[in-house]
Amino acid sequence: MTLLELRDLNVTYAGDVPAVRGVDLSVAPGQVLGIAGESGCGKSTITNAVLRLLPRSAKVGGQVLLDGEDVYGMSFGRLRAVRWAEASIVFQGALHSLNAVQRIGRQIAEPILLHSKATRKEADRRVGELLEQVGLPARRARDYPHQLSGGQRQRVMVALALACGPRLLIADEPTTALDVMVQAQVLALLSSLVRDLGLSMVLISHDLSVLGSTCDRVAVMYAGRVVEQGPATAVFDDPRHPYSAALAGAFPRIGDERFRYSPRGLPGDPPFPGDLPGGCEFHPRCPVALDKCATTEVALAELGDGRTSACLRATEPNLDLRGAR
Amino acid sequence: MSETSRGAGVALGAHGLHVRFGTARAVDGVELEIGSGEIVALVGESGCGKTTLARSLLGLVRPAEGSVMHGDHPLSYARGALKEFRRHVQLVLQDPTGSLNPRHTVYEAVAEGLRIHGISGDEETRVSEALAKAGLRPPERFFLRYPHELSGGQRQRVVIAGALVLEPDVLVADEPVSSLDASVRGEILALLLKLRAELGLSVLVVTHDLGLAWNIADRVAVMYLGRIVETGPTAEVLLAPRHPYTKALLSVVPEINKLEPVVLVGETPDPSRIPAGCRFRPRCPAYAAVLPKEVAARCETEPPAVLPADRGHHAACHLTEA
Amino acid sequence: MTSAATIVRARRRATLTRFWRDYRSHRTGIAGLVILGVFALVAIFAPLLADPSGLDITKATAPGHMAPSPGYPLGTDENGRSVLTLLIHGTRMSLLVGLAATVIAMVIGTAIGVMAGFYSGWLRSILNAVSDWFLVIPFLPLAIVMATILGASLLNIIIVIGVTSWPGTARLVCAQTLSVRERPYMERAKALGASDWHQMTRHVLPNVMPLVMAHVVLTVSIAILSETTLSFLGLGDPTRPSWGYILDHAFSTGAMTNNEWWFVMPPGICVVLVVLAFTLIGRTLEAVLNPRLKETR
Repeated sequence: MTLLELRDLNVTYAGDVPAVRGVDLSVAPGQVLGIAGESGCGKSTITNAVLRLLPRSAKVGGQVLLDGEDVYGMSFGRLRAVRWAEASIVFQGALHSLNAVQRIGRQIAEPILLHSKATRKEADRRVGELLEQVGLPARRARDYPHQLSGGQRQRVMVALALACGPRLLIADEPTTALDVMVQAQVLALLSSLVRDLGLSMVLISHDLSVLGSTCDRVAVMYAGRVVEQGPATAVFDDPRHPYSAALAGAFPRIGDERFRYSPRGLPGDPPFPGDLPGGCEFHPRCPVALDKCATTEVALAELGDGRTSACLRATEPNLDLRGAR
Repeated sequence: MSETSRGAGVALGAHGLHVRFGTARAVDGVELEIGSGEIVALVGESGCGKTTLARSLLGLVRPAEGSVMHGDHPLSYARGALKEFRRHVQLVLQDPTGSLNPRHTVYEAVAEGLRIHGISGDEETRVSEALAKAGLRPPERFFLRYPHELSGGQRQRVVIAGALVLEPDVLVADEPVSSLDASVRGEILALLLKLRAELGLSVLVVTHDLGLAWNIADRVAVMYLGRIVETGPTAEVLLAPRHPYTKALLSVVPEINKLEPVVLVGETPDPSRIPAGCRFRPRCPAYAAVLPKEVAARCETEPPAVLPADRGHHAACHLTEA
Repeated sequence: MTSAATIVRARRRATLTRFWRDYRSHRTGIAGLVILGVFALVAIFAPLLADPSGLDITKATAPGHMAPSPGYPLGTDENGRSVLTLLIHGTRMSLLVGLAATVIAMVIGTAIGVMAGFYSGWLRSILNAVSDWFLVIPFLPLAIVMATILGASLLNIIIVIGVTSWPGTARLVCAQTLSVRERPYMERAKALGASDWHQMTRHVLPNVMPLVMAHVVLTVSIAILSETTLSFLGLGDPTRPSWGYILDHAFSTGAMTNNEWWFVMPPGICVVLVVLAFTLIGRTLEAVLNPRLKETR
């Protein structure tokens, strides 16, 4: 049984810009799925596609099944009920997502009052509970956003997302722009919520090491497609796609002598979605590309142990993709 | 590359440096030296004063006490001397998009330093050499591009080229890769290493990322609330940390199969209300655990001494001294 | 660098083309341009359209306060001069005063605005106090006093209007400078060793100029109105007829009470049309050049 399932999802923005191309993903109840990738790889488009928050001009193909029900077949009223109550999003940039002139308690109470028949008083009590759940004292409900630190604001964002008791939490770069210590606090909070409330979560980040330590499974995206998927630790420790290897190497393991005085990176830049290279879209930046990579379209292939990779060389036994430069 | 074989000369240093903004003691007594050809990482959380320290080392903020040392001379804040100093010490900022004037072409952005300092001899050659050194080849192709036509990594290379064109001896890089895509970071860091190897450049990298320090730095200085609390060769500080704060920072670097994370509560406190005794005490997990009484008493009353600027491994903690 | 120079030129042309395409999509902006174009042509070719000797009272042969007739399409003034001739040459004067005064206001306003935004501390306080002072003093009494002291001449009226209408520009430029000042490239320039002058001219000015240009066009219309007002009050240059001058003469010789519409209406309509044209152009420029307005569109 899956809670969220994407079947062959395609999203094309106006001007024929394919942002997401044929993505299949699924999240089981209580599971945490990580989506890794850089700017323009389509990971934020997926977030928005799940709750139908894309601009009207975007064309969506394929299916998004939330608890077996197709999100794109829902009536608008049903969709409103599903947003927040079934699945909710923790956006990045907490400073800009909160209303600066409203007390945070009111902001958290708003979705509760909208989605349930709670009275003002019941809503206020629920706000207090939520704040304590995310590690803030209930009295902070009377504060304005500017009175909170960056980490505290991100906690408020989590409380907001939890307000209507969703079963699925989508966290889009929840720790970007936060300090390591605060990042650790927020990640610990999200992990404990998943454990204690039995939530499912989709965690989106450009930092594979964050996902590796928090998620059950990880999907690595490049140029709108999933290029590798598998158990989080396996993908981080033994990547089977050169792009995952590069992402894993971008944030090195301290103490690993292979990274000392040897930062790993890829030449070039991520491609613009409207102008993708032919063949394997990663081949121009790939450190282990073969001649045929420029001409062969590479599909995701099963590797066993619940892993898939879209690389022709994924199964070569002695290829150290991670060590490759 | 060994960590101790660097030249003994000091390129840039801080002696007894204090910077205050009103009652806030942003930098509160810092000794730091960057040897020539050395890469030093200044690590800390936001609000710890690392950016202010970097700016005072660039002469952009005037210290309340103490001095910035350039070579053997204290930095003079007279207009001419300061301008001359700025030819030698250059800045690379975090956000390459904001660091470039959107209305200037790449050529203008790189040539700006030359024009400011009235270096007229063959401007075009100098600009194309600087762009090539920063890895933008062929340079002529980039001359007339505008920043918005470049990728983030390319923009940061333009900023670096703009610094290199003056042939400086020190680069101060404030979070040089934190706003770049993950796969591009490594190339920019590799560029810094290459510049050190080829031009003998000294680099102070300000960062919150310990992995970055492991990637490129010879030495690490960990800053907390205006002071350096631990300093030493990178491998020693990161693999055998002595200060509880460094230990906590290391424990939360997201990794798999790691030690039990020590997540400190709260965030860096307000620099206008620095706690008495050891400034880290209110958040210190070692102090919160049972400590010998005489050590605990010192933590409460006696501030640990300011760490010396030498190349050894030091920690400002009563517990490790004991 | 010949190839580079041609590329630069090609890029500039492309930027202009893009700007013009944006501008063209605003119908009101085009209307403004057409109206202004007609008046500009009249101003430029005034001596060809109407003999300047028609301005000389001693050479006027027709009777005063004459209704329109084939020889005098807009009738005559109290001295028997053709109102049409006055109007055509007045166009020249009104536009000249409006533009020249605006240039003065723009230079003062931009200089003060950039400095007030760039420097903090006492200099900003003083500059802001000065512009506040000019903002709160009612324009008309100040202008009347200044015009009286300086004496009525073309140059003086330009100076009076220029010196009294810069605070709005200064305010706008100051606000924009404050936001530019916080951009990282300013810090980078400083770390490169740039002087204040370099930072202001190379970084602040290019980034505030587009907004200034849009604002300036709006200032022109105010300056033309001011000129009309001052001339109407008899503070204009008595030897050079402008639209305000015509209105002044019409009023003081009783044209308004005698229903001599040909004497009063044409200069009034001209003022309204030119002010409207500048306003339309200014609004369009603002919409095209100000990225923030663009987003909300």
